[in-house]
Amino acid sequence: MELCSFLTLDSFITDPLTHDFMRKALLMSSLVAAVCGFLSSYLTLKGWALMGDAVSHSVMPGVVVAYALGLPFSLGAFIFGVGSVALIGFIKQKSRVKEDTVIGLVFTGFFALGIVLVSKIKSNIDLHSILFGSPLGISLSDVKQTIFISLLVVILLSIFRKDLMLYCFDPRHAKTVGINVFFLHYLLLTCLSLAAVVGLQSVGIILVVAMLITPGATAYLLTDKFDNMTVISVLSAIISSLIGIYVSFWFDLETGGSIVLAQTFIFLFAFLFAPRYGIFKLKKLFAGYKS
Amino acid sequence: METINYQNFRIDAENICVDYNGKVALYDANLRLKPGQICGLVGMNGAGKTTFFNALTGFVNISKGKIRINGESVRSAQKDQTIAYVPQNEGIDSQFPISVWDVVMMGRYGSMNIFRCPRESDVQAVKDAIERVDLSDQISTPIGNLSGGQRKRTFLARAIAQRASILLLDEPFSGVDIRTEKLISELFIQFKNEGKTILLSTHDMIHVREFCDLVLLINKTVVAYGETSEVFTPENITTTFGGISPDFLFGPES
Repeated sequence: MELCSFLTLDSFITDPLTHDFMRKALLMSSLVAAVCGFLSSYLTLKGWALMGDAVSHSVMPGVVVAYALGLPFSLGAFIFGVGSVALIGFIKQKSRVKEDTVIGLVFTGFFALGIVLVSKIKSNIDLHSILFGSPLGISLSDVKQTIFISLLVVILLSIFRKDLMLYCFDPRHAKTVGINVFFLHYLLLTCLSLAAVVGLQSVGIILVVAMLITPGATAYLLTDKFDNMTVISVLSAIISSLIGIYVSFWFDLETGGSIVLAQTFIFLFAFLFAPRYGIFKLKKLFAGYKS
Repeated sequence: METINYQNFRIDAENICVDYNGKVALYDANLRLKPGQICGLVGMNGAGKTTFFNALTGFVNISKGKIRINGESVRSAQKDQTIAYVPQNEGIDSQFPISVWDVVMMGRYGSMNIFRCPRESDVQAVKDAIERVDLSDQISTPIGNLSGGQRKRTFLARAIAQRASILLLDEPFSGVDIRTEKLISELFIQFKNEGKTILLSTHDMIHVREFCDLVLLINKTVVAYGETSEVFTPENITTTFGGISPDFLFGPES
């Protein structure tokens, strides 16, 4: 019976919508994807992929501690996310160890601390949902937090959209014309921590970095305009989320993994067929076909 | 005794030192430039040229000394859009998805509101600047599709749009075509007549003789400073470049 209804596209899309948890998952994941996708264009242009990885892993102990103390998990995650960056900066400045080594060292340390804490605290923390996300089992208080944080990040990014672009492109010029580069640096880091916090609900701590870099990388292959890049990045992130959730529903697959895999496939498609920067350059293929 | 009126100097750097985590990049450096002066900054790689620029723009903090721009602090010079920095071609990400127009508009950001919405005057300034560097036909071209010379002109246009009175140029002539070189030298003469002050770093000794009224030879500190005709001697240049003879550097004809 299931297979029959599956065969029509209409029911493929509408059937899951009859479930309350699916509607919630689709909406929340789209919102999270949009936020991460927005930020993604800045991170990929700034070259902060490794930083994104570091921050997203470092929030782990924060989440655990916050759960144990009954605080909003986003608060704990935020503190540890920003703290990890501060620590990375401090160690880099005070030692001769290279930056990528320091980043790798700090975030794995934080992550390990988180795992140890989970085993020690023994509360009702579901390690699996932290590591791999649980968009289908999102609670009402989590929904409220997610909406609040997402709106905050979108508003911040929208206000400082152009300044952040300038900061990524030419921080020296920004400083020369009196724009507060220090503030922009920490603004971007704050947004990164917040996005990691909301992103981990969809795909979990381990894969959230994909939400933060893949959509931006995909968009970067498809356009030479910054504004278009942001739009494409957001759209590809949302579409991946929807595809991932539907596919995981129908084929009973891990949701977080499905979302990220959908993003990866979209990236690969752009990598192969992007009009200007793809390997096969779709534009040229069409041009050849016409003539 | 006549007291020095600091207002007369566009740039007045006094005994400045810069260090990066205890590593000295520049020490006891002095520089005074008046309106309409063009000064060449000459030194080896790692001699502190870029550090000098960074100190003047406030991109790095000086650990000792004093910098006055038009008699005021670097901070207020930043606020007043007094200084424009034109980076080396290597210093920018040429693959960044941004057009000529958008780069030049960044010259206006400092004087716009927080959302950086361009006013009519900003649009006009950008248009004029792009016209002056002869890129009007490339307004919406992404910078990645420009030649080295065109890209250099784009950043020069950004400095023009900023309406800065001091221009700092890092290797303005490296990697540019003849047409751009000619255009830049014409612009320098215009800037000089407009009373702008220019400090440019260069590897090319011929350009120093051609454009620079003054020359500052540095090797972590000032080796020599003064009128080009007096200071730009083979002996000073040899000292600046750590004992390598100028013949070897720019040919026996000079």
